[in-house]
Amino acid sequence: MTVQGESAEQQWVDDHAGPVVRPYAVTRGRARPVTGTFDLISLVTATRAEVTPEIGIGPEHLAIVGLCQRIQSVAEIAAHLDLPVGTIRVLLGDLAARSLVQVREPQTTAGLPDNSIFEAVINGLRAL
Amino acid sequence: MDYGHSDRPAGATPLPTAIKILVAGGFGVGKTTMVGAVSETRPLRTEEVLTESGVGIDDLSGVESKTTTTVAMDFGRITISDDLVLYLFGTPGQDRFWFVWDELALGAIGAVVLADTRRLADCFPSIDYFEGRGTPFVVAVNCFEGARQYRLDEVQAALNLDPGVPVLLCDARQRESSKEVLVTLMEHAMKTREARRRAANGN
Repeated sequence: MTVQGESAEQQWVDDHAGPVVRPYAVTRGRARPVTGTFDLISLVTATRAEVTPEIGIGPEHLAIVGLCQRIQSVAEIAAHLDLPVGTIRVLLGDLAARSLVQVREPQTTAGLPDNSIFEAVINGLRAL
Repeated sequence: MDYGHSDRPAGATPLPTAIKILVAGGFGVGKTTMVGAVSETRPLRTEEVLTESGVGIDDLSGVESKTTTTVAMDFGRITISDDLVLYLFGTPGQDRFWFVWDELALGAIGAVVLADTRRLADCFPSIDYFEGRGTPFVVAVNCFEGARQYRLDEVQAALNLDPGVPVLLCDARQRESSKEVLVTLMEHAMKTREARRRAANGN
C-alpha cells in the first residue's frame, strides 16, 4: 500500500473505522485453506521473486509473496499485513496450492531426536 | 512436515526449524514487556477470531448474537542460528480467553508463568493449564517496585507447586534477567523430557 499524502479518503477512513475490506471478503468467504494447516510458527518463504497477477491471486496474495522474500512465520505475516491469522491461512493455502510459497511446519518436542535443539537454544540465548 | 510440491524449484534453501515458548500470567504482569526485552524486533501483535460456541465461560446473556471473539497476542522472535528460530508468544490480553486457545500451546516447548506477588492468584489459571497439559513451565516472579519481597520457597508453597518446578525472581524489563528466565526454562524442559523418556522406556 502506498501512502500518497493526506487524501480526503484517509481523513475519514482511519483505524477506528475498522478494516475497509472485511477479512471474509479478502478470502472470498472461505474459512479454511485449500491445502495445509499452517501453525502460527510455520515458516514461509516465497519460491519466486515476483508473481504476475492472475485469476484467484489478489493484492493480499501478492503482499504475502513480497513479504516472504525473507523467511516469515505465519504469525509475522498476519501481524505485518494486519489481517487475522485465519485469513492469512486461507491465502497461504492458495499460494501453496500454486507452489508460490514453500512452507515448513514446526518441530514438535516429542519428535526431536535428541537434546541438540535445547542445547542450541540455551547457548544461543546466553550469547545474545 | 514439508509441503512437497514436485514443481518446487530444485535446490530451494532449506527453511529453519521454528520453536515457540509461551509467556503467560495475569493481566498487566509484564508478559509483553518480557517478550520485548529479549526479542530482536519490537513485539508484533496478531489477532485471531474465535468463532467456537465453546468460548463458554463468557456470559453471553443479552448479547446472544455475538458469536465471535477476537483474541490478540504479542510475540517476538529470536534468531538462534541459520536453522533455528525461537518465537515467544505472550498469551492474549483477555486472560479469560487465552487458555481456550489450545492452538497456542500446541507444540510449545515450554512456558514462563509470570507472577506478581501482590496478585498471586492471577497466575493460578496459567499454572493449572500447563500442569494439565504437561507443558514444562517455570514461575518467574516479576519484581515490581514497592511490592513486598517474598522468599522463593514462600511463593512455591503459596502456589502449591510441584517441587521440581523452578521458581525464580526476575525483572521483565531487563534483557539479562529475562534471558536467564528463558535459559532456566529450557534447562527444565530438557530435564523434563529426559525424565519422561526414561519413564517411557521403563528404566
